[in-house]
Amino acid sequence: MKYQEIATVVSASKPASEHIVLHLKSPKIAKTAKPGQFVMALCGNSTDPLLRRPISFHDIDRKRSIVTLMFKVLGNGTRYLSMLKKGDKLDLIGPLGNTFSIASARSTPVLIGGGAGIAPLLPLGRTYKKRAIVIIGTNTRSAMLAEEEFKASGCRVMVTTDDGTSGVKGTVLDALKTIKEKDLKIFACGPRPMIKTLQFYCASRNIDCEVSLEEWMACGIGACYGCTVETRKGYKKVCSDGPVFDIKELI
Amino acid sequence: MTDLSVNIAGIKMKNPVMVASGTFSCDYADFIDLDKIGAVISKSVTLKPRKGNPPPRICETPSGMLNTIGIENPGIDAFIKKDLMCFSSFSSPLIVSIAGETLEEYIELASRLDGESRVNAIEINVSCPNVEKGCISFGVDPLATIELVRAVKKETKKPVIVKLTPNVGDIKLVAQAAEDGGADAISAINTVLGMSIDIKTRKPKLSMGVGGLSGPAIRPIAVRMVREISKAVKVPVIGIGGIMNADDAIEFILAGASAIQVGTGNFVNPRAAIEISKGIEKYLASNKFSSIKDIIGLAPDTR
Repeated sequence: MKYQEIATVVSASKPASEHIVLHLKSPKIAKTAKPGQFVMALCGNSTDPLLRRPISFHDIDRKRSIVTLMFKVLGNGTRYLSMLKKGDKLDLIGPLGNTFSIASARSTPVLIGGGAGIAPLLPLGRTYKKRAIVIIGTNTRSAMLAEEEFKASGCRVMVTTDDGTSGVKGTVLDALKTIKEKDLKIFACGPRPMIKTLQFYCASRNIDCEVSLEEWMACGIGACYGCTVETRKGYKKVCSDGPVFDIKELI
Repeated sequence: MTDLSVNIAGIKMKNPVMVASGTFSCDYADFIDLDKIGAVISKSVTLKPRKGNPPPRICETPSGMLNTIGIENPGIDAFIKKDLMCFSSFSSPLIVSIAGETLEEYIELASRLDGESRVNAIEINVSCPNVEKGCISFGVDPLATIELVRAVKKETKKPVIVKLTPNVGDIKLVAQAAEDGGADAISAINTVLGMSIDIKTRKPKLSMGVGGLSGPAIRPIAVRMVREISKAVKVPVIGIGGIMNADDAIEFILAGASAIQVGTGNFVNPRAAIEISKGIEKYLASNKFSSIKDIIGLAPDTR
């Protein structure tokens, strides 16, 4: 079941210079939200921006009926969302899309997030706790996101930055290569070049990997066919066939 | 008691608010009571399955959006076998939109649908700007429109609506052609051909370069065209173009529309159709009109 629900902003914060975290009271959506899923958020009452913005769940707190969204401020939609304050209302549709699958008990879950792509992976960190290895990649230390939250969940966290201001200087792939564990199950989200690199690496080593994709969306529920990506099984809708795809399926 | 019911071309509807082709599916049932929608127009179906255009297929523009979906659909066989099933879960009239590359394809689509009892009417799409062959090439040519509508009418006993493109010099001529061909109603407008370029990559934002513009950005164009058409033909006109709320819908009715369709508005508010219907009812009641028929085309030509 999907809902249209008017959520209330419980708190808003700015974890990095260009990123926003919104904690939203949204009882119906929080009750059924699963890791990997997303909401379509209405960005104001005007017609510009017109379309809702798809934003994945960064955290799901069923007991307190709170879902958390984390996003980078990129355009007029996210700019509107970035100005919301405690007590403001936000019209959401959700939970939408498929979910990450469950890593087998023998495997080591590796969560790889590039930039704001780390956002949808926190619910998995909360699930796998000590079992999970988390790789957070950003361009610089001040853009680092969610490191403390993953650590608090017991995950082993590795950090990479393009400029070396925090953790390993390099990319998430450099960190991934240092992992000694066998039988990895990767869950990833990030920019397209990162996903392309991961696809090549996982194919060459036969590693299972699921990625969460981002696309422009209009309806968010599978009606408009606007958000398709090309896969080995033809065009698939990111909103309803995804957003989580087996990396092997992507072209 | 305000009367919202309308009879468009023999299609009896509880209210004049329909949902437009390509913008609605049974997936909306979680958000909106499908039985309360005036009529549902399904996404255009073609004879054979269509893969659609490559991504990116949509982009946002000021108060609008561009799309180049390219009528991705499973084809008429799968549509009848599978899609009609989900449409049978509710009682509102179902209007099936058809699109073809040739006259013969439209004829076959119409004849295939004629025996389907769930289908209340057919909407001929001669206005999609995103497919290479057929479709819009009929809708920009009055003679081709007459011939097509006449041929489709021969194949079906169901009411036939013709959905027009704004990408023509004089839409009145195409509307009259559709009427002469036997159209029971005319819906207008489909999307306006547009283009948007990303200045960072210096490339078009859509895969095919150009696409169809929809949303509030096209509303004044649509209102003007609905006005022109409603003056030029006797059959009912169904207004489409950036309708987001009841005020927008009433504007179209005052211009001459007998009913309206919500398209892009469904994406923004999945409950739009019902809210618009309630808003129209409220407007009629508070202005002491007993029926929607009292306000169709009520606005004068000039101020």
